[in-house]
Amino acid sequence: MTPAPVHLAGERLMLDPDGALFWPAQRTLVVADLHFEKGSAAAVQGSLLPPWDTRATLDRLAALLRRWRPETVVALGDSFHDSRASARLHPQDAERLHRMAAGQNFVWVLGNHDPAPPEGLPGSAVAEWRVEKLCFVHQSRPGPALGEISGHFHPKSLVRTPAAAVSRPCFVFDSRRLMLPAMGAYTGGLDVRDPAIAALFPRGGRVFLLGKDRLFSFPYAPSRARAITAA
Amino acid sequence: MGTLVEPFSSWFARQGWTPRAHQLDVLAAAQAGDSVLLIAPTGGGKTLAGFLPSLVDLAARPRPGLHTLYVSPLKALAADIARNLARPVADMALDITIATRSGDTKADERRRQREQPPNFLLTTPESLALLISLPEAAAMFATLSAVVIDEVHALAGTKRGDQLALCLARLGTLAPAARRIGLSATVAHRAPLEAYVSPRGVPGAVRLIEVTGGAPPHIDMILPQGRLPWSGHMGLSAAPEILARIRAAGMTIVFVNTRAQAELLFQELWKRNDETLPIAIHHGSLELDQRKRVETAMAEGRLRGVIATSSLDLGIDWGGVDQVLQVGAPKGVSRLLQRVGRSNHRMDEPSRAILVPANRFEVLECEAAILGVAARELDGDPPRPGGLDVLAQHILGVACAGPFLPDDLFAEVRRAAPYAELSRRDFDDALGFVEDGGYALSAYERYRKLFRDSEGRVHVRSERIARQHRMNIGTIVEEPLLKVRLAGRGGGVLGEVEEYFANMLSPGDTFMFAGRLLRFLRIRETTVEAMEGGDGDPAVPAYAGGRMPMTTNLADRVRAMIQDASTWSAFPEPVREWLGLQRKVSRLPGRDDLLVETFPRGDRFFLVAYCFEGRNAHQTLGLLLTRRMQRFGMQPLGFVATDYVLATWSAREPTDVARLFDQDMLGDDLEAWMAESSVLRRTFRNVAVIAGLIERHHPGEKKTRRQVTVNSDLIYDVLRRHQPDHLLLRATRADAAGGLTDVGRIAGMLERIRGRIRHMVLSRVSPLAVPVLLEVGRESVRNQSGDDLLLEEAELVAEAMGEAEPPPFRARVEAPRPRRRSLAPPGQGRLFG
Repeated sequence: MTPAPVHLAGERLMLDPDGALFWPAQRTLVVADLHFEKGSAAAVQGSLLPPWDTRATLDRLAALLRRWRPETVVALGDSFHDSRASARLHPQDAERLHRMAAGQNFVWVLGNHDPAPPEGLPGSAVAEWRVEKLCFVHQSRPGPALGEISGHFHPKSLVRTPAAAVSRPCFVFDSRRLMLPAMGAYTGGLDVRDPAIAALFPRGGRVFLLGKDRLFSFPYAPSRARAITAA
Repeated sequence: MGTLVEPFSSWFARQGWTPRAHQLDVLAAAQAGDSVLLIAPTGGGKTLAGFLPSLVDLAARPRPGLHTLYVSPLKALAADIARNLARPVADMALDITIATRSGDTKADERRRQREQPPNFLLTTPESLALLISLPEAAAMFATLSAVVIDEVHALAGTKRGDQLALCLARLGTLAPAARRIGLSATVAHRAPLEAYVSPRGVPGAVRLIEVTGGAPPHIDMILPQGRLPWSGHMGLSAAPEILARIRAAGMTIVFVNTRAQAELLFQELWKRNDETLPIAIHHGSLELDQRKRVETAMAEGRLRGVIATSSLDLGIDWGGVDQVLQVGAPKGVSRLLQRVGRSNHRMDEPSRAILVPANRFEVLECEAAILGVAARELDGDPPRPGGLDVLAQHILGVACAGPFLPDDLFAEVRRAAPYAELSRRDFDDALGFVEDGGYALSAYERYRKLFRDSEGRVHVRSERIARQHRMNIGTIVEEPLLKVRLAGRGGGVLGEVEEYFANMLSPGDTFMFAGRLLRFLRIRETTVEAMEGGDGDPAVPAYAGGRMPMTTNLADRVRAMIQDASTWSAFPEPVREWLGLQRKVSRLPGRDDLLVETFPRGDRFFLVAYCFEGRNAHQTLGLLLTRRMQRFGMQPLGFVATDYVLATWSAREPTDVARLFDQDMLGDDLEAWMAESSVLRRTFRNVAVIAGLIERHHPGEKKTRRQVTVNSDLIYDVLRRHQPDHLLLRATRADAAGGLTDVGRIAGMLERIRGRIRHMVLSRVSPLAVPVLLEVGRESVRNQSGDDLLLEEAELVAEAMGEAEPPPFRARVEAPRPRRRSLAPPGQGRLFG
């Protein structure tokens, strides 16, 4: 497993190939968009998806905790798929999550899916979290935002290779801000060429696609994608 | 044999017709209350035979209510037949009402049909499944006397056929007295079709009426002038000969094998069409209006040629088609006969067809197909059990119409031939899946779709679930498609391409579509915008599953011909020379053995296996084989598959070939492959959609739907890990036996060749191996995971930009253009991940 280092607002950060961020100086692990109980949310709507998505996401999180042994964990919002999601947790999963949250400082940044703090879970719930020059928010805000780290958009990127087009969740990064991919087992993605993401990176940047044991870095130039129009 | 009563005998006489023997036989059988399977070639007056008993019955005893249900695989066919029936009904002033029902039928018309059903209802399997799911179904079908199933041969053995069989079994319960008439083209195996039509799901319970004879077709072969190509499948070099044949005849259908081939050949013909002969293009991805225009022009005799794919295989009798050309491999005897039958729809005159092979192996295949047609040796797959995903959809549909007892439904379902052997466990699992997902973790008690009352009857939980089900009926699952639209004001829609293809295009790229050269501008929501013109090497959209593999039967003939030098006199000189040389420097593949050649070339070692199992099976075999080579330390680098052979290349010399081809390949290697195969992921998606786990349409707000839609790949991964024996994964594995993965054919081959592998260690490439080696550059399928592809791309980009990896951040770098574009759809070009 090879993490990739990046520098943001003078801080050295490690991008983990499993979609998380580790900040060594603060021993802080950052994850985005866990979307616990997305499966059962679909079930409420009539699609009885396999009910193990929370378990699969917790497995991912547990592996990251073992790997980095952080003092603080920041979840960048949309940790729960909806406001009733925590009530739908399987008792076994609820207990496991409880233990994880109690094991270190846990910061629940609130997201649009989970605007209220999770009930009965340890940790603090905040609208945003600032440490040193870094600011952890759910959704990136337009404009100059030096040191902003966000989630929300579930960025993914498509790379055309001679043999096939490969699409993967990815980090998006420029010198000012960093956007994390979603961690939830059932979370899909929004292509980084979408104007919603492109508008936040007007001068382009880099994308880091998630691989099995490493990241794959490519230039990100959304302006090119938009300039295509009627030639 | 019966005779015709008035007013029918006079009506026939007025048309100048004599009733045909089979029409009277069908009438007699129907009047005795028997079900019938009528097998007749095209042009035999089959449809009239199917409806005649119903017309006679209603003429004698007019009555309201649904009398005859007609089901056809094609919507257009139902509409056409409704028009054809209207004429005798009007001529004889019969008191018979006729209506069609499809997805296009308007809401008020549908309501009218429910309140006052027509005597004859003409529909498709999907619309029938919808009718079956309505609470009014029992009342509507109670009066039913007959069911006419058209093109049975095209439905049986497919998922649409499974769905129809289940609906027919339901009709058997709702209207036990209704007889059935199945109409079919000539087939290899009649018993499975008899069982399919039979109300009890077994052969022998129907009257078989078969029309034989008709003049045997005339089939010739033409070769391109000059050099006989070693490889390639498009047949473009024969364009001058094809054009000459079109010029020499009145109306020609030029059948090809893929939509991409249709586009390319169309362009090639028009490049040479100095006389501007009216030549059109017709394939399944073109906009409906455009296809209709071509069909109308054909019917009116305004065209001289149409380049067509299987979109013109079935359906309406065009009349006026003077000859059929098949460009590229015929793939199977039955398919060739079907296509040949499109010319000259008069039974007493021979149909004319010309085969145009695109390469040397195809010459062998064409010759084998001509012999197969002469011997009437049709292809036939043994019937496969009905899909569990289709069963799940049906169970919910039945529940939507009203409560049922599981024991009763199980008995009913087993009266459908594809489910005759269904186990109670599979039935209960399918029912359990519909009820609450059927998961080992009981999490969804509150969200059950079905509930049971105190008498054990199963009910649907809410009207919302029923509505949701009705919006998602059907077994045809399309790849994500994007419409292609000409940019600018009044720019019309030309048709659809797969999202995958659109994603591979960059702005400014040119591609061929709908017979035009287009320049890609952008993707806007679900539309590809393009403009006419452009330059450079155009891409051609490929479609998943676009290529059919050669049938086992035809492959067998090809093998036999290669082995038996006395049959070579039928081949052109270059082919004879080619085979003779092969015999000298290596050996010829035998009928029951497997020839494997290994030889060095450049800095790698090639292994060529002459399996003749068809492209799909070879693709899968290539993946499994290279996995084993990896394990055995041979360092495989890639492989390529054709319909005839599989070639791999590796850094180390492959030895102990018998061990490589051992049957245990289908154990661990297959399991590992299942986890990663993109083809199998697509199979799972289809299964999940059909079974109703993933919705195509959701009532109400769009936004809600987007929030709950989950990518099927993510579901596949989670389900495989936590419940590998879940119903949907079992259904996925069952599908993998055929179709794009064709694991069943590999299993059959490994069994057959055990102990009969002939390994030739050569110092250089053999004559027979040349064609596949030429394919290597052209459609190299690489043995690489998504990660490997990304690594290669990332390193190349880094190198080009003078960066290290991981590269330091730079504010503004332009992404370089991709080097080369693969046009293969996922699963054909892409292997792992």
